[in-house]
Amino acid sequence: MNRRDIFKGAALVAGLAGATVAQAQDETFTIGVAIPSATHGFMGGLNFHARDTIERLEATYDNIEFVLATAGDAAKMVNDIEDMVATRGIDALVVLPFESEPLTSPVQAVAEQGIWVTVVDRGLSVEGIEDLYVAGDNPGFGRMAGEYFVENLEDGDNIVVLRGIPTTLDNERVEAFSAAIEGSGINVLDMQHGNWNRDDAFTVMQDFLSRFDDIDAVWASDDDMAIGVLAAIEQAEREDEMWVMGGAGMKEIIGRIRDGDPQLPANVSYPPAQISTAIELTALGLVSDTPVSGRFIIGSQLITPENAEQFYFEDSPF
Amino acid sequence: MTDASTSTPPRRMRLNFHVFGPLLAMVAVMVIGASLNLSFLSPENLTNVAARSAFIGIIAVGMTFVITAGGIDLSVGAMAAFVAGVMIMVMNALVPVMGAGVPLIMVGMATALLVGGAAGMLNGVLIAKVRIEAFIVTLGSMGIYRSLVTWLADGGTLSLDFTLRGVYRPVYYEGILGLSWPIIVFAIVAILGELAMRHTAYGRHCAAIGANEQVAVYSAVKVARVRMATYVVLGMLVGLATIMYVPRLGSASGNTGVLWELEAIAAVIIGGTVLKGGFGRVWGTVIGVLILSLIGNILNLASIVSPYLNGAIQGVIVILAVVLQRESKSAD
Repeated sequence: MNRRDIFKGAALVAGLAGATVAQAQDETFTIGVAIPSATHGFMGGLNFHARDTIERLEATYDNIEFVLATAGDAAKMVNDIEDMVATRGIDALVVLPFESEPLTSPVQAVAEQGIWVTVVDRGLSVEGIEDLYVAGDNPGFGRMAGEYFVENLEDGDNIVVLRGIPTTLDNERVEAFSAAIEGSGINVLDMQHGNWNRDDAFTVMQDFLSRFDDIDAVWASDDDMAIGVLAAIEQAEREDEMWVMGGAGMKEIIGRIRDGDPQLPANVSYPPAQISTAIELTALGLVSDTPVSGRFIIGSQLITPENAEQFYFEDSPF
Repeated sequence: MTDASTSTPPRRMRLNFHVFGPLLAMVAVMVIGASLNLSFLSPENLTNVAARSAFIGIIAVGMTFVITAGGIDLSVGAMAAFVAGVMIMVMNALVPVMGAGVPLIMVGMATALLVGGAAGMLNGVLIAKVRIEAFIVTLGSMGIYRSLVTWLADGGTLSLDFTLRGVYRPVYYEGILGLSWPIIVFAIVAILGELAMRHTAYGRHCAAIGANEQVAVYSAVKVARVRMATYVVLGMLVGLATIMYVPRLGSASGNTGVLWELEAIAAVIIGGTVLKGGFGRVWGTVIGVLILSLIGNILNLASIVSPYLNGAIQGVIVILAVVLQRESKSAD
């Protein structure tokens, strides 16, 4: 009898254990990550860090799965998100909106289904949709660059500015930059769009160089554009006349700052690894009781030869 | 002779206007440029504009033949990026073997021509032999090459080995008699293209196929072979353009050559080639490319309008240039 009872008990335990295992499987979370495809340096870095983080988290947590989708335009990103919700039943969405306007209502629809939404870098057009917002500090990016110009130039010095693709993000940076140099006597000769593109920046800078005889510094506002600008300056053999400040912390540029290149005295960080912050926090919020809702703004930092080493990531493509 | 010319002066004038329409448009653009900013006419600025036109220009010459033969190629921008990527990777990989010298640059150049030619051949086979619409084939290959270069670069940028840049750099920045190599190569390609279009059986066959394929077949034109040749030549010209492009910044990424295909097609049409085929004008294409570059240059030099409107101004001038020709054509 006893023996039988023991067996019964064992069967019961086994049954219970089976039930808990099944329950644990129900507790598997799926996180959808939708980001723009790697069309330029910064997005390449962002894609690298996204994949890197997903790999690490999948190894860390057995019960989290990821769906990563990269999109070349806003319409595809909307499709990706709809597919994630419909076919993969995601529990959380981490999205870097390709453009704010077209992504707003699709992401809102996702949030209304009770799915956790983390928005990265570019805000949506309607406030309060996302549970968590992670972004770099765009006004800080412009202000910090502007302050460096004010400190290192004199009253009456001339600068030219290359802007990115016309977007809210670019406007915020340029407005903060302009506000920071206001009243310093620094003369902005012209601002033109180089579209965060090396070739466009090269062309724009060539034309600035033919047009202006006296340029003391260039705010290229992005490291891809800084590469184009430097090539144009080299062609015109005016390297000694002006210095260049890019932005976002591309590997090659950070390397040159670290090595004390006089043409590249400083840079302002705008880390593509912010996607890692977003994914990590989202995962943490799902698996634990850690509160992660709200806004997480990653401050921009001034990179100079002294601290350049800590911003240099050997493996990243950016 | 004298009788004939005096009896038809109005017709001749109209004819001249029609023929020289693109040229007049370019002169008009240059006058506007010069009046807005004196440094516009400086030799430095003009050589800059000519050199930056060379990439699109070399490609647009090849595109003229493709369009004249009734085809289209949307893949050239992505193809240029892909060729640049492969070329940089091959050269970087061979630095330890061959050392950073002229022979390695030669290998890189040969790679560019080969890869470009092969990519053009792929388009050509699918279009001429398998007989799929050119628009669809090249739309597909555009996506393929664009993705491949992004994949090769791991989403970032492929950069030429630093030791090689010094050796290769003169190909873009130096030249003879104050003309840099891209300008010289562009000029040679344009002259050869013009001769091929006007004075060879190949040029006439292209026009015949574009005008009426059936008639061309009955006239013993080897349609498939000629059509395929237009894509292979275009592919090799993309390779040639890439040879000039890589030494400029020494890098390639998924962002390289974006929209080059549309600029090249626009230049061809501005120059007077008929988009549906049958008539092509290589020198007109050259003018078309220069007009497009000059507009961008003037907008940078003058900053008279908000830079947000640059695209709109370019669009208006492109349409105007074509309207001008249409009107003179109907007057003929």
